[in-house]
Amino acid sequence: MNIAVCVKDVVDVSEIKIDEKTNEPILEGISREVSDIEKSAVEEAIKIKEEYGGKITVLTVGSVENMENIKELLAMGADEAVIISPPEEPDYTVVSELLAGAIDEIGDIDIVLCGEASIDLFSGQVGPRVAELLDIPQITYAEGLEAEEEKIVGERDVGGNKVMTVESSYPVLVTVTKEINDPRLPSLQEILGAANKPINEWESDEFMDHEIKPTMETKDIRGVSMERKNIIFDEDELEDSVKKLAENLAKEGLLE
Amino acid sequence: MVLIYSDDIDITKELIAKGKELADETGGKVISTIIGEVDEEAANELIYHGSDEVIVVDAETGEFKADKYAQVLNQLVEKTDSEIILIGSNKNGKELAPRLAVKLETGCVTDCTDLYFEDDALTAERIAYSGKAIAVQTFTSKPYVATIPPKNFDPLPKDESRQGEITREKVEVTETGLRIIDIQEKEIKGVNVEDAEIIVSCGRGFDNKEDIELAEELAGSLRGATIGCSRPVAADLKWLPEDHWIGLSGHKVKPNLYVAIGISGQIQHIAGMRDSETVVAINENEDAPIFESADYGIVGDLYEVLPKLIDAINEEKG
Ligand SMILES: Cc1cc2nc3c(=O)[nH]c(=O)nc-3n(C[C@H](O)[C@H](O)[C@H](O)COP(=O)(O)OP(=O)(O)OC[C@H]3O[C@@H](n4cnc5c(N)ncnc54)[C@H](O)[C@@H]3O)c2cc1C
Ligand SMILES: Nc1ncnc2c1ncn2[C@@H]1O[C@H](COP(=O)(O)O)[C@@H](O)[C@H]1O
Repeated sequence: MNIAVCVKDVVDVSEIKIDEKTNEPILEGISREVSDIEKSAVEEAIKIKEEYGGKITVLTVGSVENMENIKELLAMGADEAVIISPPEEPDYTVVSELLAGAIDEIGDIDIVLCGEASIDLFSGQVGPRVAELLDIPQITYAEGLEAEEEKIVGERDVGGNKVMTVESSYPVLVTVTKEINDPRLPSLQEILGAANKPINEWESDEFMDHEIKPTMETKDIRGVSMERKNIIFDEDELEDSVKKLAENLAKEGLLE
Repeated sequence: MVLIYSDDIDITKELIAKGKELADETGGKVISTIIGEVDEEAANELIYHGSDEVIVVDAETGEFKADKYAQVLNQLVEKTDSEIILIGSNKNGKELAPRLAVKLETGCVTDCTDLYFEDDALTAERIAYSGKAIAVQTFTSKPYVATIPPKNFDPLPKDESRQGEITREKVEVTETGLRIIDIQEKEIKGVNVEDAEIIVSCGRGFDNKEDIELAEELAGSLRGATIGCSRPVAADLKWLPEDHWIGLSGHKVKPNLYVAIGISGQIQHIAGMRDSETVVAINENEDAPIFESADYGIVGDLYEVLPKLIDAINEEKG
């Protein structure tokens, strides 16, 4: 079973602060990560490979500022990584075209795995877009997955308190939620062992047979600040703390 | 034309309201679609709520599958010559819209919080970085595809004197390799956290499912507040159904009072409740990030704090 896992190198959102002067989020100097959901996608790929063999390729579009993040995925058990540098400021059209193009280039892929959404922008576009470009079925929001010889079965919570079991032939694209598994932590030995696994850097014109143009332009990203009172009631007796809280809620008219 | 689709009729009505506003600027009509079931009553409902036309697509299309429904909508966009396509942002809508956008070779914005024309191009706003920022994006391609979350726009008032054309379409689709084997529907009383004025929300600080009763008791003394929860309580532990789940991947709420109990306050949770008027946090860890997002806090074990807080509130109310 040959598997491609799409992952994105993103800023750690919890570290982002807003610049008070420009009202823009400050992204420089913030640590970068591959989100847990995409590690779950890699974990799922490894489980399938353990049962059926095959090869796992990790794909990412964009510059990887912290190569350790990709090496960690190889240490977990992926075989190879491909880093694709986009021609310009990429939008979802460009990213998905490049991923679909790279998957075609690798060839013979049975399963494409993505996260339900990327942790920085949380759009959930890339998975369905890549599936459409490759003209294959998709199973989104999978919280359970069972690969069989001829088909794959997925469990998905579709909201409205409905849980669905679906099956698909191969090739298929699956987007996973973080509840699907707990991604393994590679051992020191595995980290050392992964040092020789290939990390390939591809330029888009090396494998794309057509030009791709962005369809969206980001005009502005403005910070949203949240002002809170931050009053902690910390009296010697808990009774007094809760009393003060209740008084304050009453004063704000919240107990009527 | 503005073409509208959601499998949830309540969302469809909200999209019609926004669609009308956009159609007023571009000229043209608002056309809503109902796919997979022929329901005369629902079609009339949509006309009464402002839709100029309703297209009902033949039931043969079957259960929702993103790849199939994208084929249907692609054909309807062509047939109606639509420039703007608005889709409801529930899970089905979000897996459908990007596929449709690829067919139409165009851009798509998911989870738009606002949508307007600026310099003749459709511009969309959406949340970025878990609510720490708003991204403003402009389409450089046509048609425009956007998904809009529930409760983002108010539906137009119902007007039963409104008239509109209801047409039936038969659309050819090709089957794909996906098969729905089973749908389990959990019979539970639905809650609507989005409209709640007071929310008491439970996190992993609770030791077990039964203890949620403590939160319910507090809710009882707070004008019958609605119970909410963090993602793990719904998704991992399954102590509460999904419609209680608040956050980036759950429901967005804006109550007058939000009480977070045993919730650490990770950014993805904050994303769903940051528009609350007043926030109270109860957490045993004084360094928990939830306190930064709270107006009032008590550091302590929820099992000690809650009974005392309930007493204090009841006393305060007299
Ligand atoms: C893509 C993605 C999307 C996500 N979307 C969401 C979302 O929509 N909503 C969401 O909530 N999360 C979401 N998350 C998960 C989020 O990152 C956090 O993991 C989650 O919010 C943590 O839930 P929690 O606060 O209940 O649990 P924890 O982080 O485990 O916190 C439990 C808290 O309880 C406190 N506590 C423990 N015992 C007691 C006690 N006896 N008394 C008082 N306090 C106690 C602890 O100090 C701790 O602060 C998402 C994550 C990802 C990756
Ligand atoms: N630049 C990228 N490179 C590789 N995979 C990506 C990239 N962006 C998004 N993805 C994948 O697509 C999923 C959904 O991302 P998004 O559409 O940005 O929410 C992510 O969880 C990744 O699996």
